[in-house]
Amino acid sequence: MTVTVKNLTKNYGEIKALKGVSFDVASGELFGLIGPDGAGKTTLFRILTSLLLQDDGEAKVHGFDVVADYREIRKIIGYMPGRFSLYQDLTVEENLNFFATIFNTTVEENYQLIRDIYHQIAPFKTRRAGDLSGGMKQKLALSCALIHKPEILILDEPTTGVDAVSRREFWDMLARLRASGLTILVSTPYMDEASRCDRVALMDRGKILSINTPAGISDEFSRPLYAVKADRRYQLLKTLRSYPYTRSVFTFGELAHYTDSRDDFDPEMLRSHLEQEGLRDVRVELINPGVEDTLISLMTTESESIVDGNKFGKSGE
Amino acid sequence: MKAFLGFIKKEFLHIFRDRRTLLILFGMPLVQLLLFGYAVRNELNKADIAILDHSRDEITREITDKLLSSGYFQLTAWLKSESEIEVVFQRGIARNVIVFESEFGRKLIRDGSANINIVTDASDPNMAQMLEGYTVNIIRDYQQEWQERNRQVQQSAGGSAGGGASISGIVPEVRMLFNPELRSANLFVPGLIAFILMLVSAFLTSITIAREKEQGTMEVLLASPLNPIQIIIGKVLPYLALSVINVFTILIVALVVFDVPFRGSVLLFSMLSLLFIMAALALGLRISSVVKDQQTAMMISLAGLLLPTILLSGFIFPISNMPAVLQYISHIVPAKWFLIIIRGIMLKGVGLEFLWQETLILFGMVVILMATSIKSFKIRLE
Repeated sequence: MTVTVKNLTKNYGEIKALKGVSFDVASGELFGLIGPDGAGKTTLFRILTSLLLQDDGEAKVHGFDVVADYREIRKIIGYMPGRFSLYQDLTVEENLNFFATIFNTTVEENYQLIRDIYHQIAPFKTRRAGDLSGGMKQKLALSCALIHKPEILILDEPTTGVDAVSRREFWDMLARLRASGLTILVSTPYMDEASRCDRVALMDRGKILSINTPAGISDEFSRPLYAVKADRRYQLLKTLRSYPYTRSVFTFGELAHYTDSRDDFDPEMLRSHLEQEGLRDVRVELINPGVEDTLISLMTTESESIVDGNKFGKSGE
Repeated sequence: MKAFLGFIKKEFLHIFRDRRTLLILFGMPLVQLLLFGYAVRNELNKADIAILDHSRDEITREITDKLLSSGYFQLTAWLKSESEIEVVFQRGIARNVIVFESEFGRKLIRDGSANINIVTDASDPNMAQMLEGYTVNIIRDYQQEWQERNRQVQQSAGGSAGGGASISGIVPEVRMLFNPELRSANLFVPGLIAFILMLVSAFLTSITIAREKEQGTMEVLLASPLNPIQIIIGKVLPYLALSVINVFTILIVALVVFDVPFRGSVLLFSMLSLLFIMAALALGLRISSVVKDQQTAMMISLAGLLLPTILLSGFIFPISNMPAVLQYISHIVPAKWFLIIIRGIMLKGVGLEFLWQETLILFGMVVILMATSIKSFKIRLE
């Protein structure tokens, strides 16, 4: 195992950021941490990169303890924090050179690692990093995190605030890096990105709810899931929420994803109920649950409340 | 080592790319120097005085002539009685009244002492102190001449002042003694050097580290193999180099444009300046370890470092004039000790044998500050 995390806890005063988190990441794996803001993803990554001390538990990266062997860890990780953290007043080239030198290497030495990514921003190499677009900043930051040939790459929400095309490109790059054998840990609030990982951990409020392959996570969803559509979305939600047999309901773009609490549920019953309530063009269809459904369902069970999926669903595009 | 040099190169790039930093680094010292040199004058130039001569003898006339021919004073009124003094001050006719007691000359010859009252308008305390100093100096000058002329033993002009000074025997007025031309440039240049060093070393260092925190780049630096000592030294070294350049620029301008004397050892001056720079850098580091953003770093440096350097170091206001509480506080202001040191070297030309105490205090401060600021530099995020 390249990364082993055992029962990590971390509190900021009263706030419990991590409540006993455990998982392992195998060598060469692309491991995703999926969860809404405040789930504890950044805290977890900062502990793994030796930037924060945990209150309890243990974490090892490449066999090095994150507390005792922090110097070793800092040599072998490539870390990209959540905020854009390059020098805005330095040019693209200067940033890259700087990060190469502080890791005691040169851009030339490891150029093949970043060639794919860097050639896209190379035309702007004399431009200041602060003047780059979001997507290009992301590519530069990734280049800087890779330039010293790290054993493991830790990326904290690399695609947040980046346009859809750039996000897809970014994940393509990660896939290529993974193919070259690099271990990658990546966090994201976008659940549609989960499918690009080998395994994902669903995280919420300091806990890991489930760890599985993207397909496995969808299978964990036990109840039949229905997509419900009607002419007035708000009215639809209101009606569903007051419906006595509703187990969970949340918005999913134009649709409402719905599960029923009865075992002998017939979608036709729901449809006629909605039409009685004055809704038109009602459609109820059985669908396959996605990762989002699982996460929301897991979170719903945790907190026993009906949540609005759009609040943290951020299904991107 | 290569990593470290790369870091320093980056720091210089930051400095030369940022117009504000450049302005503070090179524009501010020059503006300060010229401002203090030309606009803020501490010298007397034809200050208005009045004279109340109860004696009207040869000696009082000679002293009066000497005061008026010095060029520092101009006579605006002859007074007839003490009651007029207040009126003269209230109407702004004079700021300084010299009162000779009756039978001044005769008493001086007979008893060897006579009284002159120097009454100053203390509504402007600095001005009053200056007037007093200038007057005392001129009278003492006269006293010496007079003694030499008469060669008669034990004759001295003495005085006790209503709101001012007493002239008896030897009046130890160090500032006047070593600044015989009474030029303010000689006084402000050492103070300005202390101020600029504090500004460049402490102020800019605290800001540059706070900026890394604010921008999130500190997170990446910490997660790199650079160790904290390398980050600290890499941060302060460029500013140290620029501070040294600044000191010598100010010094050269001061010597050439303002004719400030430099009587002591340049080597000693450089070494002790370096000591002070280190104290300032350590203060800057200490500040940056407690703040999270540039704004706070700026506020704390301004209020906590620059103001005391100007107000409590003896740069502008003499420490001996301050209330006891402020005098105690001034002991912990590094600039106070540094000012004593460089004034000693530049104006008096003295060496370490007279300055070792101040040097030792400054050295102690550097050791304590450096130790605490390196210790407080966090190898992790908070």
